[in-house]
Amino acid sequence: MEYMITNRSIETDDGPEPGTPEFGEFMGRWMAYNQMLIDGGHWVAGASLAPSASATLVKKAGGASSIVDGPYAETKEQIGGFYLIEAKDLDEALELAAAMPIDDGTLEVRPVAFRPDAED
Amino acid sequence: MGEIEIDRALTELARDGGPRVLALLAQRFGDLDLADDAVQDALVDATRTWARDGVPRNPTGWLHAAARRRAIDRLRRDRVAVDHREQLAHRTETARSPADAGRDLLADDSGGPADERLRLVLLCCHPALGPEAQTALTLRLVGGLSTAEIAAAFLVPEATLAQRISRAKRKIRDAKIPMSMPADPSGRLDVVVEVLYLLFNEGYLSRSGDSGPVRIDLADEAIRLTRVVAKLSDGAPEVLGLLALELFQQARATTRVDGDELVLLDEQDRSRWLPDLIAEANGHLREAMEAMAPGPHQVQAAIAAHHANARVPQDTDWSTILRLYDQLVAMTGSPVARLNRAVAVAMAEGPDAGLAALDAIDGLDDYHLAWATRAELARRAGDIDVARSSLDRALALVVAPAERRHLERRRSLLD
Repeated sequence: MEYMITNRSIETDDGPEPGTPEFGEFMGRWMAYNQMLIDGGHWVAGASLAPSASATLVKKAGGASSIVDGPYAETKEQIGGFYLIEAKDLDEALELAAAMPIDDGTLEVRPVAFRPDAED
Repeated sequence: MGEIEIDRALTELARDGGPRVLALLAQRFGDLDLADDAVQDALVDATRTWARDGVPRNPTGWLHAAARRRAIDRLRRDRVAVDHREQLAHRTETARSPADAGRDLLADDSGGPADERLRLVLLCCHPALGPEAQTALTLRLVGGLSTAEIAAAFLVPEATLAQRISRAKRKIRDAKIPMSMPADPSGRLDVVVEVLYLLFNEGYLSRSGDSGPVRIDLADEAIRLTRVVAKLSDGAPEVLGLLALELFQQARATTRVDGDELVLLDEQDRSRWLPDLIAEANGHLREAMEAMAPGPHQVQAAIAAHHANARVPQDTDWSTILRLYDQLVAMTGSPVARLNRAVAVAMAEGPDAGLAALDAIDGLDDYHLAWATRAELARRAGDIDVARSSLDRALALVVAPAERRHLERRRSLLD
């Protein structure tokens, strides 16, 4: 069973500076998490997203498109990234989500209903 | 055998045998919907067959055989995705012969079936489901009540309740919520305790003197289910604490309403409190506390025990109760616990100290009992103006008719 985990948290622009020891430690925690997913056979896909200020919306109405500045919702918590994982059931997916190396935020765990390029 | 005996046996089967068989089949077939449909089919079969042939010697074993047959019929009929499920069913069925399964069902709460029933309880109270879904599913699948009975108990239309249950079952299927046993079930049992207490309060607080005998009493059902979970969890301390708390409250249930008006604890007729229930509750609480694993429901039960075991209000040990409320506030941080603590402060140290404790609580401006409490403490401290205006605030917020009449009477005494 596949689940998508989206990570919503408050965007801060003062994360650790690349090249500093803090940045190395920060990246190390994410690399370890990714490796854990890969080693456990859970990894399908994953990505971190550029800040929500870079988002653009394509709005469709009656078949016609219009383009507007994003993000979709002006909320403090924005989607920072996602994972697509393989888990045996919801309990395992929730455990994997809880292990994500973020201190504050909300993770939404949703089952994948259909994925055309799934290997099954 | 008369119709009444058969009806009674069928009700007993639906309440007790049905959930046992459901837990077993859901685990074996790995499919909650299928198991539930099969048990419902088999209960209808029982209604028809028993009226003709009488009640079988082993009703639950009979239901298990009938429901298993119905499940396999359904699988055969639904050919599409059947093959692997049938194999799975076959594989697990051959591990234990049906006769053995019947014996397990009779063996009651020892070994495998108890484990499956606990898994079913944990599934119904899975934190991924909302409180409304948890309570409805627990009553329906663990309590064996019908959708119509649950709807009537919650005073909602049957269609609303049916939709609530089918949504919850759909989420279990789509998100693949498992019927599994966590390595450490204590956190999940805490959710079960919350769900059961919610049910109890729903029944206890909404109970009116005139509710007919037909309507299922949610407080009684909550006690029945708490007993089941206490057994299945092998006497988990918080579950026993909850059972004690429910029984203490149940013991004085008939004295908390007089006609259509609420009666406060210190005005209740203690000679009418039920000594058997209080004795049973004392026993459960003692057993819970022997495990030395304190929790909020044990503390609330300990507070209720002090009240229930005081023969007259003057015997109440308020300074011990105050210490218990200190513990409860430390455990839960709940504003309602703080409010009750303020009452204990007033009883132990006087109304002015109680008012000071009340002033220190945030977040209760919309809670009628906070204003009613302020009114009572102000009255005792001699501040009638504050008592009047606080009761007016309480009256503007109160919903339950019995409580309203009680507050109106107290307000009239201040004029």
